[in-house]
Amino acid sequence: MFGWLVWRDLILAWRRRADVLATVFFFVIVVSLFPLGIGPERETLRTIAPGVVWVAALLASMLSLGRIFGNDYQDGTLEQLLLTPQSTYLIVLGKILAHWLVSEVPLVIIAPLLGLQFGLSQNSLAIMVLSLLLGTPVLSLIGSIGAALTLGLRAANVLIALLVLPLYIPVLIFGTGAVQASVGGTSPQPYLLLLGATLVLSLVFAPWATSAALRISVE
Amino acid sequence: MSSQRINWYKYAAPANFYPLAGKMIPWFAVLTALLFIAGLYVGFFVAPTDFQQGESYRILFIHVPAAWMGMFLYVLMAVYAGIGWAFNARLASMMATAISTTGAIFTFISLVTGSLWGRPAWGVWWVWDARLTSTLILLFLYIGFISLQSSIDEPRRADRAGAVLALVGLINVPIIYFSVQWWNSLHQGATITAKSFKMAPSMLASMLILLAACWMYSIAVVLVRVRYIIREREREAPWLAEAVA
Repeated sequence: MFGWLVWRDLILAWRRRADVLATVFFFVIVVSLFPLGIGPERETLRTIAPGVVWVAALLASMLSLGRIFGNDYQDGTLEQLLLTPQSTYLIVLGKILAHWLVSEVPLVIIAPLLGLQFGLSQNSLAIMVLSLLLGTPVLSLIGSIGAALTLGLRAANVLIALLVLPLYIPVLIFGTGAVQASVGGTSPQPYLLLLGATLVLSLVFAPWATSAALRISVE
Repeated sequence: MSSQRINWYKYAAPANFYPLAGKMIPWFAVLTALLFIAGLYVGFFVAPTDFQQGESYRILFIHVPAAWMGMFLYVLMAVYAGIGWAFNARLASMMATAISTTGAIFTFISLVTGSLWGRPAWGVWWVWDARLTSTLILLFLYIGFISLQSSIDEPRRADRAGAVLALVGLINVPIIYFSVQWWNSLHQGATITAKSFKMAPSMLASMLILLAACWMYSIAVVLVRVRYIIREREREAPWLAEAVA
């Protein structure tokens, strides 16, 4: 069931490739705007790079949150899924995993290229990818709570931003902290460990909260 | 007085709580007024001038209670929302909704007064200090709760969705607080030491009296607001027509 659900969501996303690409391009464009707004000095760009990439990743991942449950909610699939004897926890986890693979992994893949534009060293780029790999699943996990709460509401997309962005702050701090530490020549390990801890914690709690929110929104 | 046990569950029904709240509001309002007058008198006329900060430190008499209230009320709101969700108690959910606005206002007041105090004390209106930043994030959490509830038309769904969000926020508050603290120590050295001036007893007294005043104010205002929410939601109920008439 779990594997089937993830596979199904991946196929659905493949049939709507344009949506996924739009998220990636949004990410690239937002990051590219910063040098234009701030100026091309290499030192400045290098200091702001971790923050810029991470904030852009936060915003880009928010764009796609509405799609985790939105389409399934509209055509009634979600209700049927919740009626199956399968545990809701696993169903939700499957949807979140699919969302991460479809919407976040492309950002992680393209991020080093953007980091290169900002003059980050090879070592820092590796740390950035690592921190994004640890941090973006948390974004999907926490974001799914907001997506479930706002199902079928007016202006759901703006609302998701209001609900979810404050909860993203620890991920942002730990993620940029790791990259900044490696840019500054200190060990990024503590930040990566904290990111890992956040990931484990949200892996345990977030799908549970999302299931509760889904039951509230669907009934 | 008879030694009969009071049936607390009785007042979980809006029909019984509505008149009780109506009777309690004037008492809390009077207490609020008295405590505010007493606290402000002590704060302005009894408490000595601080030798480092001069008169400007007096803004802390309202700033500190407001900041505390903002935090307490968030916890209280989450607890009420959780009770309302878990036990399907309508009144508890209404209390959570009523508390959210007051909590947001106190958080806002503490931010504004903090920045007014920061100008003479630190020379700037705003610093990205751990405490200020986490208070700002607390305000964001309140705003999220309020805007989620107000964009859901069906009251029970709004109650439950708000409860999930408030409880998720409650788990997150310590994480956010510590992350902001570490972030702060990473970005800047300890430019601001904590309010490290010794407090005279009269200063402490004024602060505590004003804290009590803020509590009484919150209770009074929340009761007024919860009565309005009851009137809005139970407008079809026959008992309400009798109670209002």
